[in-house]
Amino acid sequence: MKKVNRRSFLKGGLVTGAAALAVGSAKKANASGSFGGYPDSMGVLVDMTKCIGCRTCEAACNKEQNLPKPDKPFDDKSVFEEHRHGGLPRRTTEKAYTVVNRYEIKGREHPLFRKFQCNHCQEPACLTSCFVNAYTKTPEGAVIYDETVCVGCRTCMVACPFYVPAYTFSSAINPVVKKCIMCYDTRLKFGRPPACVEACPSGVMVFGKRTDLISLAHKRIEDHPGEYNHHVYGEKDVGGTSWMYLTSEDAPFDEIGFDTHLGTEPIINYVKEFLAIVPMVLTIWPALFTGFHLLATRKDTIKNDEGEK
Amino acid sequence: MGMKKKKLIGFALMAALASPLGLVGVATSEVLELDSLKNLYGGVSFDHDMHIEMVSDNCSKCHHHTAGTEAEGPLCITCHANSPETDDPTCSGCHERDVFSAENMKKSWGTDLLHHRSKPSLKAAFHQNCLICHIDNDAPSGCSDCHTMTEVGEKFYDTGKHAPVPKADAHGHGGH
Repeated sequence: MKKVNRRSFLKGGLVTGAAALAVGSAKKANASGSFGGYPDSMGVLVDMTKCIGCRTCEAACNKEQNLPKPDKPFDDKSVFEEHRHGGLPRRTTEKAYTVVNRYEIKGREHPLFRKFQCNHCQEPACLTSCFVNAYTKTPEGAVIYDETVCVGCRTCMVACPFYVPAYTFSSAINPVVKKCIMCYDTRLKFGRPPACVEACPSGVMVFGKRTDLISLAHKRIEDHPGEYNHHVYGEKDVGGTSWMYLTSEDAPFDEIGFDTHLGTEPIINYVKEFLAIVPMVLTIWPALFTGFHLLATRKDTIKNDEGEK
Repeated sequence: MGMKKKKLIGFALMAALASPLGLVGVATSEVLELDSLKNLYGGVSFDHDMHIEMVSDNCSKCHHHTAGTEAEGPLCITCHANSPETDDPTCSGCHERDVFSAENMKKSWGTDLLHHRSKPSLKAAFHQNCLICHIDNDAPSGCSDCHTMTEVGEKFYDTGKHAPVPKADAHGHGGH
């Protein structure tokens, strides 16, 4: 008989483990049929090489969405010096669904400005994470949400790979999540571009069918060799987003605050299997374990009943 | 008033175009008022003659191929190496104010002209064309260097008369 020593035991374990993984991943591939987004959805291509940092988009957003008065005027450029903890630049808040940040890049003559707002993912992690189904991805491309059902759990804020959803910390009674909705109610629904896009005096943003924008983006890269970075951010990142970006050759995405390590899988694919179990756990487990409990304590109950008699 | 002036410029342009001489620059010996943003800003006076002088009569610096001088962009040349002056060489002759109207969107995305897709709007054309040159040549490049804000503009940008009252704590952009 073959003697099982420590080494062969570990070897066997490894083989079995690998086999289990292979089976598991095969299953995963079957389970994660990708949605890939609505075919005719609209999008915005942001060409950051053209942004002049005038903040007109911020002002337009504020007016269109009836947001509260800003802390500083929209023509005040000192906001570019503002930094949060850890030296991070400004982010979206309950009072500002879009912000423009300035990046000084070594070896580049002019600073680069980056507009930041919800990227309206093809398969949004916020939508997946929301347990009250407040979020909807519309066929037009916008990721909108129903504020009236939001319970303020802030799970979407954790789920979002871009840290977009903001929270009404100022509201003590009914705090909810707030973010850009691509002007869905007032504009996108009627075929008009978001307010920021139309207001931009520099033509930074192009509004159109997402598929058209992708080809336009690649054409711009091709037509201007040496001018653009060859990555169209959002074409494939996190499974694709409705808002996509072009940056300059000498200002790579990771130097202007973009996370280039998010991968091309939609966030949902990492948690799909687990999330499918959640409703089952929530509905079956209480009944099941209540049953177990009743069974286990049945004798005592009968005894008690008899004792009372 | 503005309408009248625009009409006048229009007539001057037409007259110049129709003239047998067709001299470069004759069309606009006037100072133009650029008012594509007139809702938020007062018109910007643009001295066309001065700019013609600055580019040494090379109209293509701003007008691509539409003014009859040889196109500069390597992409433009592929089709427009020998293009004559167009019927309407003005900026607004090609660059629409509202590029996002249903009609213009259709025109813009449906065009067969490869490099004319997603053409910038009039204001975008101004800023993309003028500003880069202004920055490179140390010409005025700040927003208020060229624009005076209107009352509507001040309200839109929450500035001037409509500026927010400064808070004691300036670090407003909170959140972690």
